[in-house]
Amino acid sequence: MKLKKLALGSALVLGAALTSVSSVAADKVRLATEGAWAPFNFIDSAGKPQGFDVDVAWALCAKMKADCEVVTQDWDGLIPGLKVRKFDAIIASMSITEERLKVVDFTNKYYSGGLRFLGLKGEAFNVADLKGKVIGAQRATLGAQYLEDNFADLATLKFYDNQDNVYLDLVAGRLDVVLSDELPTFDWLKTSGNGDKFEFKGDAFLKEDNIAIAVRKGDKLKDKLNKALDEILADGTYQKINAKYFPFSIY
Amino acid sequence: MDFSVVVEYFPKLMQGTWVSLQLIALSVVLGGIFALPIALARISKNPLVSGLPFAYIFFFRGTPLLVQIFLVYYGASQFEVVRESFLWPILREPFWCAIIAFTLNTSAYTAEIFRGAIQAIPVGEVEACKVVGMTKVQMYRRILLPRAFGIVLPAYGNEIILMLKGSALASTITILDLTGMARTIIARTYTPIEIFLAAGVIYLAISMVVIAIFKQVEKRQNRYLGPNPVKLPDDV
Repeated sequence: MKLKKLALGSALVLGAALTSVSSVAADKVRLATEGAWAPFNFIDSAGKPQGFDVDVAWALCAKMKADCEVVTQDWDGLIPGLKVRKFDAIIASMSITEERLKVVDFTNKYYSGGLRFLGLKGEAFNVADLKGKVIGAQRATLGAQYLEDNFADLATLKFYDNQDNVYLDLVAGRLDVVLSDELPTFDWLKTSGNGDKFEFKGDAFLKEDNIAIAVRKGDKLKDKLNKALDEILADGTYQKINAKYFPFSIY
Repeated sequence: MDFSVVVEYFPKLMQGTWVSLQLIALSVVLGGIFALPIALARISKNPLVSGLPFAYIFFFRGTPLLVQIFLVYYGASQFEVVRESFLWPILREPFWCAIIAFTLNTSAYTAEIFRGAIQAIPVGEVEACKVVGMTKVQMYRRILLPRAFGIVLPAYGNEIILMLKGSALASTITILDLTGMARTIIARTYTPIEIFLAAGVIYLAISMVVIAIFKQVEKRQNRYLGPNPVKLPDDV
Protein backbone atom coordinates (compact mmCIF):
# COMPACT_ATOMS: atom_id res chain seq x y z
CA MET A 1 0.00 0.00 0.00
CA LYS A 2 2.68 2.39 1.06
CA LEU A 3 4.76 1.44 -1.97
CA LYS A 4 1.81 2.12 -4.26
CA LYS A 5 1.35 5.59 -2.79
CA LEU A 6 5.02 6.29 -3.23
CA ALA A 7 4.95 5.19 -6.85
CA LEU A 8 1.85 7.26 -7.54
CA GLY A 9 3.40 10.28 -5.83
CA SER A 10 6.61 10.12 -7.79
CA ALA A 11 4.70 9.62 -11.04
CA LEU A 12 2.73 12.77 -10.31
CA VAL A 13 5.85 14.77 -9.49
CA LEU A 14 7.58 13.49 -12.61
CA GLY A 15 4.55 14.34 -14.74
CA ALA A 16 4.37 17.84 -13.31
CA ALA A 17 8.08 18.35 -13.93
CA LEU A 18 7.76 17.19 -17.52
CA THR A 19 4.81 19.41 -18.34
CA SER A 20 6.41 22.45 -16.79
CA VAL A 21 9.59 21.89 -18.79
CA SER A 22 7.76 21.55 -22.08
CA SER A 23 5.55 24.59 -21.51
CA VAL A 24 8.59 26.71 -20.66
CA ALA A 25 10.59 25.52 -23.63
CA ALA A 26 7.85 26.55 -26.04
CA ASP A 27 7.96 30.35 -25.86
CA LYS A 28 10.89 31.32 -23.68
CA VAL A 29 13.84 33.03 -25.34
CA ARG A 30 17.00 31.60 -23.84
CA LEU A 31 20.05 33.83 -24.07
CA ALA A 32 23.43 32.37 -23.20
CA THR A 33 26.37 34.25 -21.80
CA GLU A 34 29.73 33.10 -20.48
CA GLY A 35 29.90 34.57 -17.00
CA ALA A 36 33.68 35.02 -16.82
CA TRP A 37 34.28 38.24 -18.74
CA ALA A 38 33.83 41.09 -16.29
CA PRO A 39 32.43 43.69 -16.61
CA PHE A 40 30.53 42.42 -19.66
CA ASN A 41 29.33 39.21 -18.12
CA PHE A 42 30.14 37.72 -14.74
CA ILE A 43 28.47 35.79 -11.95
CA ASP A 44 27.59 37.90 -8.92
CA SER A 45 27.86 36.72 -5.31
CA ALA A 46 24.28 35.45 -5.48
CA GLY A 47 25.16 33.20 -8.43
CA LYS A 48 23.28 35.29 -11.01
CA PRO A 49 24.77 36.45 -14.31
CA GLN A 50 25.39 40.21 -14.35
CA GLY A 51 27.20 42.79 -16.45
CA PHE A 52 26.91 44.88 -19.57
CA ASP A 53 25.92 41.98 -21.86
CA VAL A 54 23.29 40.81 -19.40
CA ASP A 55 21.86 44.33 -18.92
CA VAL A 56 21.62 44.73 -22.69
CA ALA A 57 19.96 41.31 -22.92
CA TRP A 58 17.25 42.25 -20.43
CA ALA A 59 16.73 45.66 -22.11
CA LEU A 60 16.25 43.93 -25.47
CA CYS A 61 13.83 41.43 -23.95
CA ALA A 62 11.79 44.28 -22.46
CA LYS A 63 11.54 45.89 -25.91
CA MET A 64 10.65 42.59 -27.59
CA LYS A 65 8.13 41.89 -24.79
CA ALA A 66 9.59 38.40 -24.68
CA ASP A 67 9.81 36.00 -21.77
CA CYS A 68 13.56 35.60 -21.37
CA GLU A 69 16.02 33.52 -19.47
CA VAL A 70 19.75 34.19 -19.25
CA VAL A 71 21.86 31.05 -18.91
CA THR A 72 25.61 30.59 -18.62
CA GLN A 73 27.83 28.26 -20.62
CA ASP A 74 31.61 27.92 -20.87
CA TRP A 75 33.06 29.94 -23.71
CA ASP A 76 34.09 27.23 -26.15
CA GLY A 77 30.74 25.47 -25.72
CA LEU A 78 28.67 28.51 -26.68
CA ILE A 79 28.48 28.05 -30.45
CA PRO A 80 28.10 24.24 -30.25
CA GLY A 81 25.32 24.75 -27.66
CA LEU A 82 23.53 27.25 -29.88
CA LYS A 83 23.68 24.84 -32.81
CA VAL A 84 22.02 22.05 -30.84
CA ARG A 85 19.31 24.43 -29.50
CA LYS A 86 20.36 24.45 -25.87
CA PHE A 87 19.66 28.19 -26.15
CA ASP A 88 18.49 30.62 -28.81
CA ALA A 89 21.04 33.41 -28.80
CA ILE A 90 24.53 34.15 -27.52
CA ILE A 91 25.11 37.51 -25.91
CA ALA A 92 28.62 37.05 -24.58
CA SER A 93 30.76 39.80 -26.10
CA MET A 94 31.32 37.69 -29.19
CA SER A 95 33.11 39.32 -32.12
CA ILE A 96 31.81 38.90 -35.65
CA THR A 97 34.39 36.85 -37.55
CA GLU A 98 34.36 35.13 -40.92
CA GLU A 99 34.81 31.71 -39.31
CA ARG A 100 31.89 32.21 -36.96
CA LEU A 101 29.69 33.56 -39.77
CA LYS A 102 30.01 30.17 -41.44
CA VAL A 103 28.13 28.55 -38.56
CA VAL A 104 25.94 31.27 -37.01
CA ASP A 105 24.23 34.56 -37.91
CA PHE A 106 25.01 37.80 -36.12
CA THR A 107 22.79 40.78 -35.29
CA ASN A 108 24.08 44.33 -35.75
CA LYS A 109 26.89 45.20 -33.38
CA TYR A 110 26.01 46.28 -29.85
CA TYR A 111 29.50 47.52 -29.05
CA SER A 112 32.98 47.43 -30.53
CA GLY A 113 36.28 46.57 -29.01
CA GLY A 114 39.93 46.11 -29.85
CA LEU A 115 42.84 43.93 -28.82
CA ARG A 116 45.64 45.19 -26.62
CA PHE A 117 48.72 43.67 -25.01
CA LEU A 118 49.08 43.67 -21.24
CA GLY A 119 52.31 43.28 -19.31
CA LEU A 120 54.41 44.19 -16.27
CA LYS A 121 54.52 47.88 -15.46
CA GLY A 122 57.72 49.67 -16.32
CA GLU A 123 59.02 47.05 -18.75
CA ALA A 124 59.92 48.30 -22.21
CA PHE A 125 57.62 46.90 -24.88
CA ASN A 126 57.93 46.46 -28.59
CA VAL A 127 55.95 44.03 -30.72
CA ALA A 128 59.20 43.00 -32.41
CA ASP A 129 60.64 41.98 -29.03
CA LEU A 130 57.91 39.42 -28.39
CA LYS A 131 60.09 36.76 -29.99
CA GLY A 132 60.72 33.96 -27.50
CA LYS A 133 58.33 35.39 -24.93
CA VAL A 134 55.45 33.47 -23.33
CA ILE A 135 52.14 35.01 -24.43
CA GLY A 136 48.77 34.00 -23.00
CA ALA A 137 45.21 34.39 -24.23
CA GLN A 138 41.82 32.78 -23.80
CA ARG A 139 41.22 29.82 -26.12
CA ALA A 140 38.82 30.40 -29.04
CA THR A 141 38.99 34.21 -28.88
CA LEU A 142 40.09 36.80 -31.44
CA GLY A 143 43.22 37.35 -29.39
CA ALA A 144 44.12 33.65 -29.45
CA GLN A 145 43.54 33.49 -33.19
CA TYR A 146 45.64 36.60 -33.78
CA LEU A 147 48.49 35.04 -31.79
CA GLU A 148 48.24 31.76 -33.70
CA ASP A 149 48.29 33.60 -37.01
CA ASN A 150 51.16 35.95 -36.20
CA PHE A 151 53.27 34.49 -33.39
CA ALA A 152 52.90 30.70 -33.68
CA ASP A 153 56.55 30.22 -34.67
CA LEU A 154 58.00 33.19 -32.81
CA ALA A 155 56.75 32.91 -29.25
CA THR A 156 55.38 30.31 -26.83
CA LEU A 157 51.60 30.58 -26.85
CA LYS A 158 49.43 29.42 -23.97
CA PHE A 159 45.65 29.20 -24.20
CA TYR A 160 43.28 29.13 -21.25
CA ASP A 161 39.67 28.07 -20.67
CA ASN A 162 38.68 31.49 -19.40
CA GLN A 163 40.10 34.96 -18.96
CA ASP A 164 40.29 34.66 -15.15
CA ASN A 165 42.87 31.89 -15.49
CA VAL A 166 44.87 34.06 -17.94
CA TYR A 167 45.08 36.78 -15.30
CA LEU A 168 45.97 34.24 -12.59
CA ASP A 169 48.93 32.98 -14.60
CA LEU A 170 50.04 36.51 -15.50
CA VAL A 171 50.11 37.42 -11.80
CA ALA A 172 51.88 34.13 -11.01
CA GLY A 173 54.61 35.08 -13.46
CA ARG A 174 54.10 32.19 -15.88
CA LEU A 175 53.24 34.65 -18.67
CA ASP A 176 55.33 37.53 -19.95
CA VAL A 177 52.56 39.19 -21.92
CA VAL A 178 48.81 38.73 -22.34
CA LEU A 179 46.77 39.58 -25.39
CA SER A 180 43.13 40.27 -24.67
CA ASP A 181 40.24 42.56 -25.39
CA GLU A 182 40.93 46.09 -24.24
CA LEU A 183 37.68 46.84 -22.44
CA PRO A 184 37.45 43.95 -19.96
CA THR A 185 41.17 44.33 -19.26
CA PHE A 186 40.57 48.04 -18.59
CA ASP A 187 38.12 46.92 -15.92
CA TRP A 188 40.51 44.29 -14.51
CA LEU A 189 43.31 46.84 -14.12
CA LYS A 190 40.87 49.14 -12.33
CA THR A 191 39.18 46.68 -10.01
CA SER A 192 41.41 43.66 -9.37
CA GLY A 193 44.05 45.38 -7.26
CA ASN A 194 46.74 44.49 -9.78
CA GLY A 195 46.65 47.87 -11.54
CA ASP A 196 49.81 48.98 -9.77
CA LYS A 197 51.84 46.07 -11.16
CA PHE A 198 50.52 45.71 -14.71
CA GLU A 199 49.68 48.09 -17.54
CA PHE A 200 48.60 48.15 -21.18
CA LYS A 201 51.44 47.80 -23.66
CA GLY A 202 51.26 49.57 -27.00
CA ASP A 203 48.04 50.79 -28.57
CA ALA A 204 44.84 48.88 -29.13
CA PHE A 205 44.55 47.32 -32.58
CA LEU A 206 41.90 45.49 -34.63
CA LYS A 207 39.56 48.28 -33.49
CA GLU A 208 37.03 47.34 -36.15
CA ASP A 209 36.18 44.37 -33.91
CA ASN A 210 32.37 44.39 -33.86
CA ILE A 211 30.62 42.64 -31.00
CA ALA A 212 27.17 41.25 -31.71
CA ILE A 213 24.58 38.71 -30.66
CA ALA A 214 24.82 35.32 -32.36
CA VAL A 215 21.74 33.36 -33.40
CA ARG A 216 21.22 30.15 -35.37
CA LYS A 217 21.50 30.50 -39.15
CA GLY A 218 18.26 31.78 -40.64
CA ASP A 219 16.56 32.31 -37.26
CA LYS A 220 13.95 35.12 -37.38
CA LEU A 221 14.98 36.08 -33.86
CA LYS A 222 17.77 38.09 -35.51
CA ASP A 223 15.35 40.68 -36.96
CA LYS A 224 13.50 41.02 -33.67
CA LEU A 225 16.77 41.57 -31.81
CA ASN A 226 17.97 44.12 -34.39
CA LYS A 227 14.75 46.07 -34.06
CA ALA A 228 14.97 46.07 -30.26
CA LEU A 229 18.61 47.10 -30.48
CA ASP A 230 17.70 50.12 -32.62
CA GLU A 231 15.06 51.04 -30.08
CA ILE A 232 17.32 50.95 -27.02
CA LEU A 233 19.99 52.94 -28.91
CA ALA A 234 17.41 55.57 -29.86
CA ASP A 235 15.67 56.01 -26.51
CA GLY A 236 18.77 56.30 -24.33
CA THR A 237 18.50 52.92 -22.55
CA TYR A 238 21.75 51.78 -24.13
CA GLN A 239 23.62 54.94 -23.11
CA LYS A 240 22.49 54.47 -19.52
CA ILE A 241 23.83 50.92 -19.45
CA ASN A 242 27.08 52.06 -21.08
CA ALA A 243 27.61 54.77 -18.45
CA LYS A 244 27.17 52.20 -15.69
CA TYR A 245 30.34 50.39 -16.80
CA PHE A 246 32.54 52.76 -18.83
CA PRO A 247 33.10 56.51 -18.64
CA PHE A 248 33.27 56.67 -22.47
CA SER A 249 31.05 55.37 -25.26
CA ILE A 250 31.90 51.84 -26.36
CA TYR A 251 29.39 51.65 -29.22
CA MET B 1 29.77 16.07 -41.07
CA ASP B 2 32.98 16.83 -42.85
CA PHE B 3 35.87 14.58 -41.94
CA SER B 4 38.37 16.42 -44.12
CA VAL B 5 39.22 18.54 -41.05
CA VAL B 6 40.41 15.38 -39.33
CA VAL B 7 42.78 14.65 -42.20
CA GLU B 8 43.96 18.25 -42.30
CA TYR B 9 44.67 18.43 -38.58
CA PHE B 10 45.86 14.82 -38.12
CA PRO B 11 49.53 15.79 -37.59
CA LYS B 12 48.41 18.20 -34.84
CA LEU B 13 46.35 15.44 -33.20
CA MET B 14 49.41 13.18 -33.33
CA GLN B 15 51.48 15.87 -31.60
CA GLY B 16 48.84 15.96 -28.87
CA THR B 17 48.81 12.16 -28.65
CA TRP B 18 52.57 12.15 -28.07
CA VAL B 19 52.19 14.63 -25.19
CA SER B 20 49.40 12.50 -23.69
CA LEU B 21 51.55 9.36 -23.91
CA GLN B 22 54.44 11.12 -22.17
CA LEU B 23 52.13 12.33 -19.40
CA ILE B 24 50.67 8.87 -18.83
CA ALA B 25 53.95 6.94 -19.05
CA LEU B 26 55.83 9.22 -16.68
CA SER B 27 53.10 9.48 -14.07
CA VAL B 28 52.29 5.75 -14.16
CA VAL B 29 55.97 4.79 -13.71
CA LEU B 30 56.56 7.36 -10.94
CA GLY B 31 53.21 6.52 -9.32
CA GLY B 32 54.05 2.80 -9.36
CA ILE B 33 57.42 3.43 -7.70
CA PHE B 34 55.85 5.49 -4.92
CA ALA B 35 52.89 3.15 -4.51
CA LEU B 36 54.84 0.12 -3.24
CA PRO B 37 56.33 1.70 -0.09
CA ILE B 38 53.00 3.44 0.58
CA ALA B 39 51.18 0.11 0.31
CA LEU B 40 53.66 -1.66 2.59
CA ALA B 41 53.41 1.10 5.18
CA ARG B 42 49.63 1.03 4.92
CA ILE B 43 49.60 -2.71 5.78
CA SER B 44 51.61 -2.15 8.95
CA LYS B 45 49.81 -2.91 12.20
CA ASN B 46 51.60 0.00 13.87
CA PRO B 47 49.25 3.02 13.63
CA LEU B 48 52.24 5.38 13.62
CA VAL B 49 53.40 3.79 10.36
CA SER B 50 50.03 3.20 8.72
CA GLY B 51 48.45 6.54 9.72
CA LEU B 52 50.17 8.80 7.19
CA PRO B 53 49.67 6.54 4.15
CA PHE B 54 46.05 6.11 5.20
CA ALA B 55 45.52 9.90 5.22
CA TYR B 56 47.37 10.26 1.92
CA ILE B 57 45.24 7.64 0.18
CA PHE B 58 42.11 9.04 1.78
CA PHE B 59 42.82 12.54 0.45
CA PHE B 60 43.85 11.63 -3.09
CA ARG B 61 41.10 9.08 -3.61
CA GLY B 62 38.48 11.31 -2.05
CA THR B 63 39.02 14.49 -4.06
CA PRO B 64 38.55 15.01 -7.81
CA LEU B 65 41.66 14.87 -9.98
CA LEU B 66 40.67 18.23 -11.50
CA VAL B 67 40.76 19.86 -8.08
CA GLN B 68 44.18 18.34 -7.42
CA ILE B 69 45.53 19.68 -10.73
CA PHE B 70 44.17 23.17 -10.02
CA LEU B 71 45.66 23.09 -6.51
CA VAL B 72 49.10 22.25 -7.86
CA TYR B 73 48.99 24.58 -10.87
CA TYR B 74 46.98 27.66 -9.83
CA GLY B 75 47.00 27.14 -6.07
CA ALA B 76 50.72 26.80 -5.38
CA SER B 77 51.61 29.70 -7.69
CA GLN B 78 49.57 32.14 -5.58
CA PHE B 79 52.23 32.10 -2.86
CA GLU B 80 55.22 34.38 -3.13
CA VAL B 81 57.26 31.78 -1.20
CA VAL B 82 56.64 29.17 -3.88
CA ARG B 83 57.40 31.58 -6.70
CA GLU B 84 60.75 32.46 -5.16
CA SER B 85 61.75 28.95 -4.15
CA PHE B 86 64.12 26.67 -6.06
CA LEU B 87 61.07 24.61 -7.05
CA TRP B 88 59.59 27.36 -9.22
CA PRO B 89 61.42 26.40 -12.43
CA ILE B 90 59.57 23.07 -12.17
CA LEU B 91 56.27 24.37 -10.79
CA ARG B 92 55.96 27.10 -13.41
CA GLU B 93 55.82 24.47 -16.15
CA PRO B 94 52.30 23.12 -16.66
CA PHE B 95 53.74 19.78 -17.84
CA TRP B 96 55.48 19.13 -14.52
CA CYS B 97 52.48 20.35 -12.54
CA ALA B 98 50.39 17.76 -14.35
CA ILE B 99 53.00 15.06 -13.71
CA ILE B 100 53.02 15.92 -9.99
CA ALA B 101 49.23 15.87 -9.69
CA PHE B 102 48.85 12.66 -11.75
CA THR B 103 51.65 10.89 -9.87
CA LEU B 104 50.21 11.76 -6.46
CA ASN B 105 46.76 10.66 -7.58
CA THR B 106 47.70 7.40 -9.26
CA SER B 107 50.14 6.39 -6.51
CA ALA B 108 47.29 6.60 -3.99
CA TYR B 109 45.05 4.35 -6.08
CA THR B 110 47.88 1.98 -6.98
CA ALA B 111 48.92 1.69 -3.32
CA GLU B 112 45.39 0.57 -2.46
CA ILE B 113 45.48 -1.96 -5.30
CA PHE B 114 48.85 -3.33 -4.10
CA ARG B 115 47.61 -3.52 -0.54
CA GLY B 116 44.54 -5.46 -1.64
CA ALA B 117 46.68 -7.85 -3.67
CA ILE B 118 49.13 -8.53 -0.85
CA GLN B 119 46.31 -9.15 1.59
CA ALA B 120 44.57 -11.44 -0.89
CA ILE B 121 47.42 -13.96 -0.70
CA PRO B 122 46.10 -17.06 1.10
CA VAL B 123 47.13 -17.23 4.76
CA GLY B 124 48.46 -20.76 4.20
CA GLU B 125 51.18 -19.48 1.90
CA VAL B 126 52.31 -16.92 4.47
CA GLU B 127 52.37 -19.62 7.14
CA ALA B 128 54.37 -21.91 4.89
CA CYS B 129 56.99 -19.14 4.53
CA LYS B 130 57.22 -18.81 8.29
CA VAL B 131 57.49 -22.57 8.76
CA VAL B 132 60.52 -22.83 6.50
CA GLY B 133 62.08 -20.03 8.54
CA MET B 134 62.07 -17.09 6.10
CA THR B 135 62.67 -13.65 7.50
CA LYS B 136 60.07 -11.00 6.77
CA VAL B 137 62.22 -9.47 4.01
CA GLN B 138 62.84 -12.87 2.38
CA MET B 139 59.14 -13.66 2.59
CA TYR B 140 58.17 -10.44 0.81
CA ARG B 141 60.91 -10.71 -1.81
CA ARG B 142 60.53 -14.40 -2.67
CA ILE B 143 56.85 -15.09 -2.21
CA LEU B 144 54.50 -12.25 -1.32
CA LEU B 145 55.50 -9.58 -3.87
CA PRO B 146 55.76 -11.95 -6.88
CA ARG B 147 52.42 -13.47 -5.89
CA ALA B 148 50.86 -10.05 -5.40
CA PHE B 149 52.16 -8.96 -8.79
CA GLY B 150 50.14 -11.70 -10.46
CA ILE B 151 47.02 -10.85 -8.50
CA VAL B 152 47.38 -7.11 -9.06
CA LEU B 153 47.53 -7.13 -12.86
CA PRO B 154 43.84 -6.87 -13.84
CA ALA B 155 43.16 -4.07 -11.36
CA TYR B 156 46.39 -2.31 -12.23
CA GLY B 157 45.64 -2.38 -15.96
CA ASN B 158 42.33 -0.81 -15.10
CA GLU B 159 44.08 1.99 -13.17
CA ILE B 160 46.34 2.77 -16.14
CA ILE B 161 43.32 3.08 -18.41
CA LEU B 162 41.66 5.37 -15.87
CA MET B 163 44.86 7.44 -15.86
CA LEU B 164 44.80 7.60 -19.66
CA LYS B 165 41.34 9.12 -19.53
CA GLY B 166 42.18 11.32 -16.56
CA SER B 167 45.10 12.76 -18.52
CA ALA B 168 42.56 14.69 -20.62
CA LEU B 169 42.28 17.06 -17.65
CA ALA B 170 45.80 18.30 -18.43
CA SER B 171 44.15 20.40 -21.13
CA THR B 172 42.69 22.64 -18.42
CA ILE B 173 46.14 23.94 -17.48
CA THR B 174 47.17 24.95 -21.01
CA ILE B 175 48.86 21.65 -21.92
CA LEU B 176 48.29 20.69 -25.54
CA ASP B 177 47.70 17.01 -24.93
CA LEU B 178 45.31 15.13 -27.19
CA THR B 179 42.24 16.79 -25.64
CA GLY B 180 43.89 20.21 -25.44
CA MET B 181 44.96 19.99 -29.06
CA ALA B 182 41.47 18.90 -30.10
CA ARG B 183 39.94 21.86 -28.29
CA THR B 184 42.41 24.27 -29.87
CA ILE B 185 41.61 22.91 -33.33
CA ILE B 186 37.86 23.18 -32.64
CA ALA B 187 38.32 26.81 -31.55
CA ARG B 188 39.36 27.49 -35.12
CA THR B 189 37.22 25.11 -37.16
CA TYR B 190 34.01 24.86 -35.08
CA THR B 191 33.78 21.15 -35.87
CA PRO B 192 33.53 19.63 -32.39
CA ILE B 193 31.87 16.38 -33.48
CA GLU B 194 34.46 15.44 -36.10
CA ILE B 195 37.52 16.38 -34.06
CA PHE B 196 36.31 14.94 -30.76
CA LEU B 197 35.32 11.72 -32.54
CA ALA B 198 38.83 11.47 -33.96
CA ALA B 199 40.33 12.14 -30.52
CA GLY B 200 38.05 9.50 -29.02
CA VAL B 201 39.18 6.93 -31.56
CA ILE B 202 42.83 7.69 -30.73
CA TYR B 203 42.14 7.25 -27.01
CA LEU B 204 40.42 3.95 -27.77
CA ALA B 205 43.40 2.78 -29.79
CA ILE B 206 45.78 3.59 -26.94
CA SER B 207 43.66 1.73 -24.41
CA MET B 208 43.46 -1.25 -26.78
CA VAL B 209 47.26 -1.41 -26.74
CA VAL B 210 47.31 -1.16 -22.93
CA ILE B 211 44.73 -3.95 -22.65
CA ALA B 212 46.66 -6.19 -25.06
CA ILE B 213 49.94 -5.69 -23.19
CA PHE B 214 48.32 -6.50 -19.87
CA LYS B 215 46.69 -9.60 -21.29
CA GLN B 216 50.10 -10.91 -22.35
CA VAL B 217 51.80 -10.04 -19.05
CA GLU B 218 48.96 -11.63 -17.11
CA LYS B 219 49.20 -14.81 -19.15
CA ARG B 220 52.94 -15.00 -18.48
CA GLN B 221 52.79 -14.12 -14.81
CA ASN B 222 50.00 -16.56 -13.99
CA ARG B 223 51.11 -19.37 -16.31
CA TYR B 224 51.68 -21.72 -13.37
CA LEU B 225 47.92 -21.74 -12.87
CA GLY B 226 47.41 -23.62 -16.13
CA PRO B 227 45.26 -22.78 -19.14
CA ASN B 228 42.04 -22.29 -17.17
CA PRO B 229 43.05 -20.65 -13.92
CA VAL B 230 39.58 -19.67 -12.79
CA LYS B 231 37.05 -22.38 -12.07
CA LEU B 232 33.52 -21.15 -12.59
CA PRO B 233 30.71 -22.71 -10.52
CA ASP B 234 29.45 -24.58 -13.64
CA ASP B 235 32.77 -26.33 -14.14
CA VAL B 236 32.67 -28.10 -10.83
